[in-house]
Amino acid sequence: MTGWTAVLVACALCFALKLAGYLVPEGFLAGERVRRIAALITVALLSALVVVQALGEDGSLTVDARVPALGVAAVALWLRAPFIVVVVLAALTAAGLRAAT
Amino acid sequence: MRQEQSSRGPTLRQSLSVAAAVGAYAISFGALSVAAGLTVAQTCALSLLMFTGGSQFAFVGVVGAGGTPVAAAATAALLGARNGLYGLQMAPVLGATGLRRLAAAHVTIDESTAVATAQPTARLRRLGFWVTGTAVFVLWNLMTLTGAVVGDALGDPRRYGLDAAAAAAFLGLVWPRLREGSARAVAAGAVVVAAALTPIAPAGLPVLAAAAVAVVVGWRTRS
Repeated sequence: MTGWTAVLVACALCFALKLAGYLVPEGFLAGERVRRIAALITVALLSALVVVQALGEDGSLTVDARVPALGVAAVALWLRAPFIVVVVLAALTAAGLRAAT
Repeated sequence: MRQEQSSRGPTLRQSLSVAAAVGAYAISFGALSVAAGLTVAQTCALSLLMFTGGSQFAFVGVVGAGGTPVAAAATAALLGARNGLYGLQMAPVLGATGLRRLAAAHVTIDESTAVATAQPTARLRRLGFWVTGTAVFVLWNLMTLTGAVVGDALGDPRRYGLDAAAAAAFLGLVWPRLREGSARAVAAGAVVVAAALTPIAPAGLPVLAAAAVAVVVGWRTRS
């Protein structure tokens, strides 16, 4: 798959999933267990993405300026800062540390 | 009529304030997407056609980490699965058919569903859904373009800490979902699985493998 094919296939899949909710008979996917697993899959994927994005480097784990930046982001979230502030603080922390070294 | 007018106010205000907040993180999506190597056009296509934030961030995250396009698409689809459950919830409320149903499906996301389900009457639920969905769609796309153009002009993303910003964005997306104990257990398990697999598995796979943790915990937890 090239870049554009992947983009369009992924978009089509995501739209099909949205539409599926409107087309399947009520009750089919509505089981308590299915709902719970779907919610937890979201948590699992996002958590794994945090790790890969913060520590991954060409197929290995590396600790660099991203780790303290993520720490700053966590503190900001804990203080209930808005999303954009959290993201900008993390970028500034990493950029600042890299500029200083 | 007068009473009806006044009762629409809070719903509209809620819808628009949610849309404004979402617009702000579309800027980060636009910038991170071009930093991950996608073109401005591909970045805008994702916001126009995929239009579900978590999946979009995941798609560019996997691409940026060197994952295959197949892994990127699979991760995006898995994260988009919850929209199907939202659709299930919204279908009886909206009662939309034909083109309206396609439009409804496209704007079925975390925000529109959340605002809709928080309204006290069926009328306001429909209003909340459509206003939030439309407003988020417009702002999300405008701000994605802005972020992509600005990000493109910046050059080396690491110099500006955009790689760290992407990690912080995922943390910000998962943070509000960590209130329950089972969610925290899944998050911890997913972190361990992803960290353990990163050095040995091809890029993209550690993230997908982490989904298995959710299935195991979700299956075993009693409601």
